[in-house]
Amino acid sequence: MRMVTEAEVRHIAHLARLRLEDAQAAQLSTQLSTILDYFQQLQSVDTSAVPATTHPLPRTNALRDDLPSHSLPQDAVLRNAPMQEAGCFTLPKVLDGGGA
Amino acid sequence: MNAMPFDSLTAMCAAVAQRSVSASELCGAALARIASRDSQLHAFVDVWADSATRRAAEIDVRLARGESPGPLAGVPICVKDNICTRVGHTTCASRMLADYRSPYDAHVIDMLESAGANVIGKTNLDEFAMGSSSENSALGPTQNPWNTQCVSGGSSSGSAAAVAARLTLAALGSDTGGSIRQPAALCGVTGIKPTYGRVSRYGLVAFGSSLDQIGVFAVSAADAALVLRSISGHDPRDSTSADRPTSDLVIENGTSIKGLRVGVPAAFFGDGLNAEVARAVIAACDALCKMGAVRVDVSLPHSQYCLPTYYIISSAEASSNLARFDGVHYGRRTPAPRDYIDVYAASRAEGFGDEVKRRIMLGTYVLSSGYYDAFYDKASRVRTLIADDYAAAFKACDVILGPTSPMPAFRLGEKSHDPLSMYLADVYTLGANLAGVPAISVPCGFTADGLPIGMQLTGNHFCESVLLRAAAAYQRETDWHTRKPP
Repeated sequence: MRMVTEAEVRHIAHLARLRLEDAQAAQLSTQLSTILDYFQQLQSVDTSAVPATTHPLPRTNALRDDLPSHSLPQDAVLRNAPMQEAGCFTLPKVLDGGGA
Repeated sequence: MNAMPFDSLTAMCAAVAQRSVSASELCGAALARIASRDSQLHAFVDVWADSATRRAAEIDVRLARGESPGPLAGVPICVKDNICTRVGHTTCASRMLADYRSPYDAHVIDMLESAGANVIGKTNLDEFAMGSSSENSALGPTQNPWNTQCVSGGSSSGSAAAVAARLTLAALGSDTGGSIRQPAALCGVTGIKPTYGRVSRYGLVAFGSSLDQIGVFAVSAADAALVLRSISGHDPRDSTSADRPTSDLVIENGTSIKGLRVGVPAAFFGDGLNAEVARAVIAACDALCKMGAVRVDVSLPHSQYCLPTYYIISSAEASSNLARFDGVHYGRRTPAPRDYIDVYAASRAEGFGDEVKRRIMLGTYVLSSGYYDAFYDKASRVRTLIADDYAAAFKACDVILGPTSPMPAFRLGEKSHDPLSMYLADVYTLGANLAGVPAISVPCGFTADGLPIGMQLTGNHFCESVLLRAAAAYQRETDWHTRKPP
């Protein structure tokens, strides 16, 4: 049996905000199942007394003095925006059945 | 064909300092070399002919005034296109960022400029640095200079191929699971992934934040050291950046490796290793021993788990990092969303390629409710065991020696249909990223078919100088690194 069903693929795709075509969902179900089945070998390692590593070097918070400094100018930040208006990022109207 | 007028950065920098060559001449030579070779190789995704020519002229003015523009004055260099630059585009070889222009320069760009280097363009990669062959580049793959039917490795494919073909003598890449070392091995150049935190990642487009590190490609270890020293050091803009001195990142002529303990783990020479690669790497180990190094057996008992551990952790981090590409602030936006969720979902579906989608899906799955403990938490614990293996090994040895890649360059298309077989190309390089330790790939031979072979030397945290000295000593006694593709 496949580890990841097509229904699960669709659920994960929704969580990840990825629109999938039907053929892609079927293909991903096969591929993710194969990959995750291979990954199951980790279950054979006893980690009951082993802490997790989230960071490869022992480092805690990196703090700096709370001083004002320069940030990018507004026009530089907005230069790559798909749409902008009055110094803000804007989105297409999508409520009320409206398109772009 | 236009030849690169120097064989090493060291010689190039000395010639600039003596004013026997100008920055403009070096820039012109690199641009001519790119023009003659790169239409075939596709190492570059963007060549900055105008800005590089202007920059070279500025450097020459400073040199004429008697100023010293820095240790890399006038040196043409290229950087992987996941490093943000104000000049040109920063695409990550993705449709998502096809039109993206960064409003700021990465820290390494600032550092290269203050060292006097001349960045002449951006190099090809697997989309968002995810892949081992550059076949995931939305802009098409890079071809291997030694055999254009073969891949150049990945994900820093263009940087490796550019140095192999001597389009430039140095390049920057990034390495999350082997993305500097594997293409360096497959292209026959020297490539170093420094310790996690050694080089600031400010301005590197994030893939796996607990794994990513910027590093250097060059013709030799001595040249790599020159560039690495220029880009290393603390940067408050990267909270993972280490405050460590960089003064030891130099190679003195004639440094001895007498007594250097070279650890050889059996795990790196098991099933799946190409026989020609194994022979060349063992011969390299013997050569180091003839030079005074001492071989010791070490064990990395959890290395068989590196691959699942790495792909779970890196995909989880990628799924989180790539959430920023939402079609709102920058990057691709779908022209006709069905609803507000679709602004995100369709923009991402249109912008990302198949492998990036697969990793996002894998990462979201292993972080999702019900699977977090079995996959992400499990992998994070096994990661501790893998890091402990390295720590234990470095009590018995100074460097760990093995192959960089289990096979030489494979054919374009050979593995692109099978994600898992492509992942296996990274099997020897992943451990260094999981443990955060530095590692270097050094050319150590060729297959009967004329494809380069690389050996990997791995060191303890912040022991880049040990790796560079060992590699430089090896390169004084061998000439594999000086061989150039046809």
